Amino acid sequence: MGYLLILPSMVVIFSIIIWPILYSIYLSFHQLYLVRPKEFPFVGLENYLKILSNRVFWAAVGRTFYFTGVSVGAEIILGLGIALVLNQDFKGRAFMRGLIILPWALSSVVNGMMWKWIYDGRYGALNGILLQLGWIDSYKIWLADPKVAMNFVIIAEIWKETPVGVLFILASLQTIPSSLYEAAKVDGASTFRRFIHITLPLLRPILLLLIVIKSVWAIRDSFDIVYMITRGGPAESTQVVTFYAYLTTFKFLRFGLGAAISYLITLIILTFVVFYMRLVRTESLYAETI
Amino acid sequence: MLKQFNGKMKIKDFLTHLSGYQILIYTLVILIFLLTIAPFCWLIISSISMKAELLSVPPHWIPKNPTLKSYKEILFGGARTTRAARYFKQAVGNSIVVAGSATALCLAIGSIASYSFARLRFRGRRPHLLTILATQMIPAVGIIIPIYVVMMNLRLLDTHLGLFVTYSSFVLPLMIWIMMGYFQTIPVDIEDAARIDGCSRLGALFRVVLPLAAPGLAATGIFAFIVAWNEFFIALVLTESKAKTLPVLISEFSTKFGADYVMMSTGGVLASLPPVILALTFQKFIIKGLTGGAVKG
Repeated sequence: MGYLLILPSMVVIFSIIIWPILYSIYLSFHQLYLVRPKEFPFVGLENYLKILSNRVFWAAVGRTFYFTGVSVGAEIILGLGIALVLNQDFKGRAFMRGLIILPWALSSVVNGMMWKWIYDGRYGALNGILLQLGWIDSYKIWLADPKVAMNFVIIAEIWKETPVGVLFILASLQTIPSSLYEAAKVDGASTFRRFIHITLPLLRPILLLLIVIKSVWAIRDSFDIVYMITRGGPAESTQVVTFYAYLTTFKFLRFGLGAAISYLITLIILTFVVFYMRLVRTESLYAETI
Repeated sequence: MLKQFNGKMKIKDFLTHLSGYQILIYTLVILIFLLTIAPFCWLIISSISMKAELLSVPPHWIPKNPTLKSYKEILFGGARTTRAARYFKQAVGNSIVVAGSATALCLAIGSIASYSFARLRFRGRRPHLLTILATQMIPAVGIIIPIYVVMMNLRLLDTHLGLFVTYSSFVLPLMIWIMMGYFQTIPVDIEDAARIDGCSRLGALFRVVLPLAAPGLAATGIFAFIVAWNEFFIALVLTESKAKTLPVLISEFSTKFGADYVMMSTGGVLASLPPVILALTFQKFIIKGLTGGAVKG
């Protein structure tokens, strides 16, 4: 009975997620150049050796970790701060808690387009504001500088993704019994000490969970935002590994090689998933469900 | 923290009865409010501005002559941009069909699966559940190449069907997971009562449990629709012209229609309307969906 009810869903999930993952491994051991689809020789580990000895690949991996680390770190610190503010008593609290979802509702494409327009070198709002504030003398082409272009991409990602963290943390804050704080107040604990000794330890599971799933999401989303704002440029300075895989596969049509790269990305993400599963078990998240 | 605001507090307190703490909180809230809406507001302002006002240095933050001309052009066609208008409507249609059908299928098969996981105890439940939890995190880039090859061989590239099938598999694990939470809130007693009255388990599921879970299922559906509506990567790879969805079209706006910032912003605002309206209207459900199960209580 139980099997019967989950059967349709499991068929869909297996045929379109699990099976492709396995087929992807198979592809990655072959040479498949879409310009010559008839030739499909088995090449063993050649694709992997090619990639692992390629500096462009490792640079892209490094950029991906930079993108992920900085954006997730900022999102969680900002998210914690904003959630603590929105958890206070003020007029319009319900309104603000609803509004905070706005950036999440925008698609990554619209988000990317919007920020690219804000950063625009000739007419962008960022230039306009900075000029009016007198922080710059003339308009600057921000995205043309390989040293900082990635940081501008990261700001756009942070703006869109912070709300999710806020909502998770807010929901978690509401489960902390206020009696704990009152007891601490009676004992003379300061606001800061109450935060360190009550709030943070109780938020620990949700913060750990956020770090793991947001890292996975950041690696995943990095493609959309880079595609929209910089297309990997200038001078490959924003070419993250997902974008590199896309170029190899769908622009240079090296499908076998692309499959090997995307499989390596999957492996990176799987390590996060292992952490995630462990969290689910040890931190008693989802405890009743599993 | 209060000391710092003491000077200010005396005046303000006297005038408005706000304490230093409250001033701090309201200042931060206003800051958060501005940071949240400013970028999107600028997109809206750009879409109703005259081109000349946008392109002045610095730009006019508040347009002197706001106009809905670009909206008219993109929706009903105009002298300049009939092509954009035609593409736009077609892309809207594609997005509705693909996101709508994927959501419908996932609601149908996902709801019974998640009921099964929530209520029934059967062998293999735990491994299947863990599989779903894990697949939820697999990125599209990891499986898009095999899917592309298969779709190519089945001649399903650039079709609604190809996108619909792929989207379904992505939305499904997430939906099953969220809906389990709703099924768990329905008391087992109600179901037992129905079964004592002669309902089979399936009968009880369809006549009692599903109607009770309906609001939760609807909310999950809305959540799934937004996710599918906003999806970009898969659509970029699997479509070329006739099945192109809205995000793919928007991504082409800047190159295809020159640097028409007004038109580009208009497209962006219009594409964001459904998810933004849905998210703001059903915010409580969405928040539940996003945090689904991750937070107890």
